[in-house]
Amino acid sequence: MISVQNVHKSFGDLEVLKGVSLDVEKGEVVSIIGGSGSGKSTLLYCINAIEPINSGKILVDGVDVHAKETNKDKLRQKLGMVFQQWNSFPHMTVLENAALAPRIVKKMSKEEAIEIAKKELEHVGLGDKLDVYPTKMSGGQQQRLAIARALAMKPDYMLLDEVTSALDPELVGEVLDTLRLLAEEGMTMICVTHEMGFARDVSDRVAYFHQGVIAEIGEARQVITDPQNPLTQKFLSKVR
Amino acid sequence: MNSLFTPLSWSDSGLILTGVWNTVIISVVAIVVGTVLGLIIGFARSESNKMVNALFGSVLDVLRSVPLIIQLILFSTFVGAMGSPLAPFVAGSIVLSLYTMAFMSEVFRSGFESVSPSMQIAARSLGMTKWQTIYHIRLPIGLRAVFPSWLGVSLSVIKDSALVSVIGYMELLRTSEQLISRTQQPLEILIGVGIFYFIISYPLSHYGRYVERKMAI
Ligand SMILES: Nc1ncnc2c1ncn2[C@@H]1O[C@H](COP(=O)(O)OP(=O)(O)O)[C@@H](O)[C@H]1O
Ligand SMILES: [Mg+2]
Repeated sequence: MISVQNVHKSFGDLEVLKGVSLDVEKGEVVSIIGGSGSGKSTLLYCINAIEPINSGKILVDGVDVHAKETNKDKLRQKLGMVFQQWNSFPHMTVLENAALAPRIVKKMSKEEAIEIAKKELEHVGLGDKLDVYPTKMSGGQQQRLAIARALAMKPDYMLLDEVTSALDPELVGEVLDTLRLLAEEGMTMICVTHEMGFARDVSDRVAYFHQGVIAEIGEARQVITDPQNPLTQKFLSKVR
Repeated sequence: MNSLFTPLSWSDSGLILTGVWNTVIISVVAIVVGTVLGLIIGFARSESNKMVNALFGSVLDVLRSVPLIIQLILFSTFVGAMGSPLAPFVAGSIVLSLYTMAFMSEVFRSGFESVSPSMQIAARSLGMTKWQTIYHIRLPIGLRAVFPSWLGVSLSVIKDSALVSVIGYMELLRTSEQLISRTQQPLEILIGVGIFYFIISYPLSHYGRYVERKMAI
C-alpha cells in the first residue's frame, strides 16, 4: 500500500503540495487529474523519492520513503515510473534498454535479464523490435518500451506521469491499451492523466488536484461524470 | 664551397624516421594524457557548483587562449631558470598535454551536459544508483555525442606538436629544418612533411565522419 499522509512540499518560496493525503491499496488504480502546475507530477516525484518533502510522511508497504535510513535506490525497485518524455536510452537496442536494470540493479545473469526483458517487451507488443534502436521507433512505441523497461524490474506499483501527453494523437490509443491491460492484470497504478475517458473507465478512483491539494476524490465514474466540488465541475467542463 | 651542401639521400631516412617517430610519440602522449585529465575535469565541471567551476574555468581559459608556442617557451625558460632544465621531450609533453587537456575538458563537459536530467531521472527511477547512472547512461551517451569533437582536437594536437620544435625537440619539423639547411632542398622536404601530416589526418577525419554517421542512429 502507498500511503501519503499530509505531505507539504515547497520549491523555495513556492508551496506546491499543501497537505496532500492519499491511500492507494494493492491492486487499485487511481487517476489524478487537474490543471497544469497543480502539483501532480511533484506528488509522484515525492512518492518515488526523487524530490524530498518538507513535512508529512509517505509510506510504501510501511517503509518511510523519506526517512534517512531508507535505501532509496532499493525502494525505487518497487516503484516503476514512466514519464511524459519516454527517455529511451539511445545507445542501446530495445532489448538492452529493458534488460539493463534487471542486470545491473538486480544483479541477474545476462540470460535471465534478457528473458525477463523479452517477456515484458512482448507484453507491451514490442516483441518484434528487440534489436531495433529506440530512436528509430515512434513515440508510442518508445513509450511502450519505457513501460516494459519499468515492468522488467517487477515493480509492485506503477507511477505514470502523463504518459500520453507528448504523443501524436494517433499514437495515444496504443499506449492507453497497454495501460488498460496492466490494470486488468491487477497492477497497482497511480496515473496522472488528461485522458478523462481512460480515468473514468480504467481507474477505481479519481482524485482532482487543485493548487496543491486534493479538492475532490471518489469513485472514478462518479468524479468524472458527476463531480461534487464546483472546482472539479469547472475543470471538467473546460477539458471536455 | 659545394661540399657545404649535400643533397638528400637514402642515408637521411634514419633522421626522417626519428622525426616521424618523435612527432607520433609526443602526440600520442599529449592526446592520452589530455583525454584522461580532460575527462576527469570535464566531468567534475559538469557536476560541480558555479564557484568551483569559475575557478577551474579561468585556469583552463588561460591555457586555451595563450598561444601554444608562448606556453612552450615560457615553461621551458622557467624550469631552466629554476636550475633543473627538463629534456625537450618531457617539457614538451607536459605543456602539450595540459594544452590538450584544456580543450578536451570542454569537449567532455559539453558531452556530459548534453545528457538531459530527465534521462538520468528515468535511470534512477529504475533503481540505478548515481554511479550506475553515470557509468551506464551518462558516460556512454555523452562520449558518443562528442566523439567527432574529440577527434578534431586530437588531429589539431598532432599538427600543433610541430611547435614543440621551438624548445629543441627533434620532431618532424625540426629534423626537416636540419635537413633543409644541409641540403638546401626546402621544397622537396617541406612537401614531404606536409604529405606526412595529411596521411595521418585525412584517414582519421574520414573515419570520424564515418563513425559519426554510424552513430547517428
Ligand atoms: N524542480 C522544480 N523547481 C522549482 N519549481 C518547480 C520544480 N518542479 C515543479 N515546480 C513548480 O511546481 C509547481 C507544480 O509543478 P508540477 O508538479 O510539475 O505540476 P503538474 O504536474 O500538476 O503540472 C509548478 O508551479 C512548477 O513550476
Ligand atoms: Mg506534470
